[in-house]
Amino acid sequence: MPEPEAPPADGVAVEINGREVIARKGELLIDAAERAGTYIPRFCYHERMRPVGMCRMCLVEVDTGRGPALQPSCMIECTPGMKVDTESEATKKAQDGVLEFLLINHPLDCPVCDKGGECPLQDQTMAYGPGESRFLEEKRHKEKPIPISDLVLLDRERCILCDRCTRFAKEVAGDPLIHFIHRGNNTEVNTFPDEPFASYFSGNTVQICPVGALTASTYRFKARPWDLETTESTCTQCSVGCRISIDSSRDEVQRFAGVDVDPVNWGWLCDKGRFSNGAVTSPDRLGEPLVRQGDALVPTRWADALERAASALRAATPQSIGVIGGARLTNEDAYAWAKLAKGVLGTDNVDAQLGDGLPAQAVLGLPRATIDQVCTPGGTVLYLGPDPKEELPVLFLRLRHAVVEDRATLVEVSPRSSGLSSLAAASLQPRPGEVGELVRALVANADSDKDVAGIAAADVNAARALIARSSGPLSVVLGRPSVAESADAVLDAAGAVVAARPDARFLPALRRSNVLGALDMGLAPGLLPGRVALDDGRDWFAGQWPTVPAGAGLDTEGILSAAADGRIDVLVLLGADPLADFPDHDLAERGLAGARTVIALDTLLNASSRKADIVLAAAGFAEKAGTTTNLEGRVSTLSQRVTPPGTARPDWMLAAELAARLGADLGFGDAGEVLAEIGRLAPSHLGVDLATVAAAADGLLLPLGTEPAPTGSGDAEHEGAEADAAAVRSDAADDTEAAQAEEAAATEAEGDATADDAEADPAVPATEPAPAAPALVSFAAGVPSPVPALDAYAFRLVATRKLYDQGTLVQASGHLAGLAPGTTARIHPSDADRLGVAAGDRVVVRSPRTSLTLPVHPDAGVPRGAVALVLNQAEVRVADLVDADASVTELRIETAS
Amino acid sequence: MARLAPENVTLAREIIDRYPRPKSALIPLCHLAQEQDGHLTDDAMAHIAELVGVTPAEVLGTASFYEMFKMEPVGRYMVNICTNIACQLLGGEELLEHAEHKLGIKPGQTTPDGLFTIEDAECIAACTEAPCLQVNYRYFHRITHDEFDALVDELAAGGRDDIPDHGTLARVRQHIPPERKAGSVVPEDRAVPVWIAAAATEEADA
Repeated sequence: MPEPEAPPADGVAVEINGREVIARKGELLIDAAERAGTYIPRFCYHERMRPVGMCRMCLVEVDTGRGPALQPSCMIECTPGMKVDTESEATKKAQDGVLEFLLINHPLDCPVCDKGGECPLQDQTMAYGPGESRFLEEKRHKEKPIPISDLVLLDRERCILCDRCTRFAKEVAGDPLIHFIHRGNNTEVNTFPDEPFASYFSGNTVQICPVGALTASTYRFKARPWDLETTESTCTQCSVGCRISIDSSRDEVQRFAGVDVDPVNWGWLCDKGRFSNGAVTSPDRLGEPLVRQGDALVPTRWADALERAASALRAATPQSIGVIGGARLTNEDAYAWAKLAKGVLGTDNVDAQLGDGLPAQAVLGLPRATIDQVCTPGGTVLYLGPDPKEELPVLFLRLRHAVVEDRATLVEVSPRSSGLSSLAAASLQPRPGEVGELVRALVANADSDKDVAGIAAADVNAARALIARSSGPLSVVLGRPSVAESADAVLDAAGAVVAARPDARFLPALRRSNVLGALDMGLAPGLLPGRVALDDGRDWFAGQWPTVPAGAGLDTEGILSAAADGRIDVLVLLGADPLADFPDHDLAERGLAGARTVIALDTLLNASSRKADIVLAAAGFAEKAGTTTNLEGRVSTLSQRVTPPGTARPDWMLAAELAARLGADLGFGDAGEVLAEIGRLAPSHLGVDLATVAAAADGLLLPLGTEPAPTGSGDAEHEGAEADAAAVRSDAADDTEAAQAEEAAATEAEGDATADDAEADPAVPATEPAPAAPALVSFAAGVPSPVPALDAYAFRLVATRKLYDQGTLVQASGHLAGLAPGTTARIHPSDADRLGVAAGDRVVVRSPRTSLTLPVHPDAGVPRGAVALVLNQAEVRVADLVDADASVTELRIETAS
Repeated sequence: MARLAPENVTLAREIIDRYPRPKSALIPLCHLAQEQDGHLTDDAMAHIAELVGVTPAEVLGTASFYEMFKMEPVGRYMVNICTNIACQLLGGEELLEHAEHKLGIKPGQTTPDGLFTIEDAECIAACTEAPCLQVNYRYFHRITHDEFDALVDELAAGGRDDIPDHGTLARVRQHIPPERKAGSVVPEDRAVPVWIAAAATEEADA
């Protein structure tokens, strides 16, 4: 966002329309002019892509001392003394000419064009065009729209050949599947025959197309721009937290579009996020509560459903209540449910993750990196997570940009090749379960003299050298690359990095939308809201909540095991679908069957909620206001744009109603009051309220003071300066060994400051002296569970995800449902030779649990001795193979008869 | 008719080896594929994309820029008749019309026996020899209608030694064995030439 700022010291003084403008060094004229308030029309120029000077619309008269001449302002950098006239006769004539020329072949079908009303060509023709054409001949005609992918349609007559979509595909997404074909007057954008533009980012080309040449099949002929009402919000399809705009018409969501925020998504979205609007408007949405009658779930009144739920909860002891899920919720919903479960019911059997994430203490305790820190030019990234292209697509775009444009060094450690592998300076595929050992060798002080985790010593040492010799900051992206190996292996790796490189910062690559917010709000065993451990926060919360759990409870695996043993009376599913998402399907099934009463809160019925006894209809995305937290810990707003279906309600409200029936008052009447309580009580969120979040255009990085962020309340200038100082401090500390000590001091000082704030806060009873906020959790490396030795015939399972799967939201999104690719058993070609199987042959993959029969596909990206399968695809249920107790899943492969 | 034949793949790898970046071999490989099949097939373009590490769309985008790459089958003999100004003044258009009658096709079409395709060409840079034409890009100068008929009959009767099938650029193939290669260096990795380095030092000294 352009903000008034002091002219930079190395600025370049140029004269634009007689006014002096100080441009930044190397800044393009078109940008400098826009910053100074002079808009120069353009079609091909896009501030997030390299300029090409294709469309000539930005021609302006520039005088660099040799007399004025027309030059494309997107292709020239400001130079001292440059005189620019964007309104001269010559400029005007050039604009007239360019527009008349562009319109020669552009059809005047604006009344039936999706872009009409928000079309740069239309708008700029009105503003800068000649008004009439001298062209009388027949326009060019081409077949009207041709599908270039399942989601994007191309109308070639409308195309003005600005190169935006093709540049996006090549430069930004790295999927150059569309290209200019032919030459001169016959040039058109197209794909190779029978090879569609099957990019996960194809929808962005629709958004940046300056004419109506590219349209989205989901939005075609759905609405007119002037009928749309728009609200800015945050995408909740994954945890990257891209800012989006929600467009609705007639109280129905019509489409999503990316909003450019600098620290996160730069305006881009993945297709899953962009085209998931179908899930909001799905006819299958739950609009009323359901209760079980025999085999069926039948609609009922809210009073009935809530009373049944409350009486089940009333009858259960705290230890026999389990709450699974929470990543779908807003922060406010999550806090309300944490308060209900931990503060009212007194159970600590609460887990927002489904056994496919990382322990909450580790996630919250590791020094957190922002996306910008990870993507620092010249920095080093150790990637220990799932394939970001499949699970966190816009993070992939940012990483790609960092590597391709900003010379960041990427070292990827992943159990199979991923979308990042071709970008990585080193891509290592260790044997499943042995990643800790490999990472220890990568951050060691000396070269390894033997092979590590199945990787040749030379390759390990080459990657080690990359990390060791880098001068930039070291960031680690940490997640579960394969859910078939236990989280211990990843934690072991993280522990190795923390021990060897205390300066490293971590970005958690947990994929579910608000999972980080849910963990922040205490939806994890052994934690309370605000990133504090149960025991540390007990005193702080004891006075504020009716009760606090006596001891640490069970995680999802523990809850499901206990339920399978008949020790869980009430199992609450907060938008969770353990039957589809928990890596050990057998345990999930036994757990769900063993729980006496299952209460599900959801927007759509899924495999698990179909088995529930009580289903409470929840308001979903775009239907409730609140905040969400992305993987950086950045809190940004969620907005309500439409009314929920039927009588569905926000999850926090359901928590409050249940609490009321249990005789407790959660103490809030709207989402804003929940956030106010979070800002008052949650130690990591102290000082946060609706105003501070709303005022932060790029979201709010927590705890406050870790990034320059105006806090809104109090003396803004003073606080801003303080935040700046904190940022400088942490920047300076980044590179030094002393970072930790300094940061600890900073946190302490901050704790004091916030405690003072709390004292001044009228919401806290003044009679009680406010105790100091408890310390936030810190990371403690775990002990890895031993991995059984691999015998010559065994394989280890690598279970990963694809962007499109059988997930409820994808399947409810109409256009996305058919894109789930299915799975084959991918093994290394040498293993295929050893087994005597070729691509397409059916094989039996056998684990101690069960066996699956599916086609095999040799793939050099899979290490020897591993089988890569994709979770949650049609026909093959990979989770059947996995035993959640085992550190790795051993498999055998037999040829199917 | 499809991907490159095994012997052409060997050749393709040798060609790729001549360049610092595989992508640079894209156009030579398109020629190779056109020589193999007479035109550029989709399968060949997909194969070239694999060999040089780009997408098939990029191969198509590049190849379709050049008119001498044919995406559709053409005749064994591609006859380009110039009708640009010099040839036009000396009977180029009449020659084209004569050719249309003789072969029974219009420019851009191929005879049913698959032997001839005629094209209405822009200047082929033989204005002193107008009217001129090319058969598979081999020149024929100051050609009369009778000479044209004789040429066509001769080609139809079994061909001429000096005109290979469409797609062949030259019969003599460049072959650089590995031991004679100068070595290809990625431009960024190339050391500064001695004379530039020397000039820079001199400048700095001065």
